[in-house]
Amino acid sequence: MKSEKWKPWALLAPSLSAVVLLLVIPVCFVIVYSFWLRAPSGADIPAFQLGNYAKFFEDFFYPGILIRTIRIAFETVILCVVMGYIPAYFFYRSESRYKQIFLLLIMLPFWVSFIIRTMSWINIMGDSGLINHVLIKIGLIETPFSMLYNEFTVLMGLLMYLLPFMVLNIYVSLEGIDKSLLEAARCMGCTEWQAFREVTLPLSLPGVSAGCLLVFVLTAGTYLPPMILGGPGNDMIANLIFKRVIGTLDWPFGSAISVILLSLLFVIVWTYNRYLGINQIFKSFQGN
Amino acid sequence: MKSFSLGWHLIRIYTFLIYVFMFAPIVVVIVLAFNPKQFGIFPMEGVSLRWFIKLAQNESIIDAFQNSLILGSLTAVVSTAIGILAAMAFIRFDFPGKNTLNTLLLAPIMIPEVVLGVSLLLFLRWLQQPKSFALLLIGHVVLTLPYVLLIVQARLVGIKKEYEEAAKTLGANAFQTFRDVTFPLLLPAIMAGALFSFTISFDDITATLFWATAQNQTVPVKIFSMLRNSISPEINALGAVMIVLTIATPLLAGYLSRKFSKFKP
Repeated sequence: MKSEKWKPWALLAPSLSAVVLLLVIPVCFVIVYSFWLRAPSGADIPAFQLGNYAKFFEDFFYPGILIRTIRIAFETVILCVVMGYIPAYFFYRSESRYKQIFLLLIMLPFWVSFIIRTMSWINIMGDSGLINHVLIKIGLIETPFSMLYNEFTVLMGLLMYLLPFMVLNIYVSLEGIDKSLLEAARCMGCTEWQAFREVTLPLSLPGVSAGCLLVFVLTAGTYLPPMILGGPGNDMIANLIFKRVIGTLDWPFGSAISVILLSLLFVIVWTYNRYLGINQIFKSFQGN
Repeated sequence: MKSFSLGWHLIRIYTFLIYVFMFAPIVVVIVLAFNPKQFGIFPMEGVSLRWFIKLAQNESIIDAFQNSLILGSLTAVVSTAIGILAAMAFIRFDFPGKNTLNTLLLAPIMIPEVVLGVSLLLFLRWLQQPKSFALLLIGHVVLTLPYVLLIVQARLVGIKKEYEEAAKTLGANAFQTFRDVTFPLLLPAIMAGALFSFTISFDDITATLFWATAQNQTVPVKIFSMLRNSISPEINALGAVMIVLTIATPLLAGYLSRKFSKFKP
């Protein structure tokens, strides 16, 4: 097979050059740009200085947004586990012949555009939205109360986006559990609950943690729910990047914030990979 | 399960509630799209196709739809083509640095889209190129490539190498082997990959918002700019069309692939 050495490289050439040219090099550019200066006229001046980073950390405003991002990401992760584990377990244990259809259904929202799922919370929670309409109809309240534009609605938007990822990850790892282990536990006299606690739950944890990582990373990198469902005080780090780059065209500062976000995620992914291994994440995408 | 039926019932109810949570926003969009009234959201004041007709007459929306469809199709073709080649390299060959390269090609999944958006745009700016349709296309290829790779690789692992070797022993060259043996066996994964890339491209907003211009809008970007004012029945109607399109396509493809897979050897 000596003569075939060039073949894999020929096959890889298009995708590798795409990723290197369109991802690796551009990300390097972001890093380089984060050290540049911005002239008052708006032009970017090549330089090597840490001013953009100093600006980020000079008072509590920007670090506050970073901390808020991390907090919201953790809240989303926890809510996703709480809301996602039981449905995943239901799919795993269900013997219904509609099981495949149930599974398909929980994945369907995944196919619906993020912006539609996000903006539709306005239909539900807006002043003349579904909830207010129903509450007024049954006479519980007289004037609509406003529920939108706070952290709670931002979380709703995030959950809508990320819950399918969590369910899928947990389900894939549950499906991987040898069911005879459960039967063995039951034969040894475990109750259903004990068998779950001693066998199923520990064996499904790789899927749970993979789901957590994915949800965390995706939450930290999104700006749409805060933009559409959040108020002025609910911006996350990605909103900041969007505003600096698209709004004020401050490329060097926008780049520096991007580098800060990337570093945060890199530390988290690296730590995760070191102790738990990253490959579980990719399993869930292969399943379908 | 009978011995634990109370718990099981609770699990079923809980799962049902999660379904309600997940589907409420989607169902509400579709229902409200038929609401004839001009302002506000609820209550429904009858059923009408008024907003769909208005959509069909709105040229910028038709344009956005055309853009989205062309962009999604091209992304699917390019991504799937180069994804199949890469998957063949990873599954059928051994070479130094294989695992590292595989991780590199999957990396876009783990990089926040907002950073992808900024970095590609910055690179373009450095090259002094204006935003264009090509930017959207290459951006969407990078976004979708990892998914194609994962799906095709997973299927390729399950196809025995012996089939290909048999074809070669019988005198087929590499291209003939791929065309007549590997490709038909891979077809379900190729269709799934293409469909996945189409949908991701068609739906994407986070990165696309960085790359789109007023001339090169996609439907989600159009929805975003319409949302600037406030939510309206027109947006809901547009959303409903998008939902039907993106949900009907995978279902149709699932049906087709089941039909095709009957011809599996």
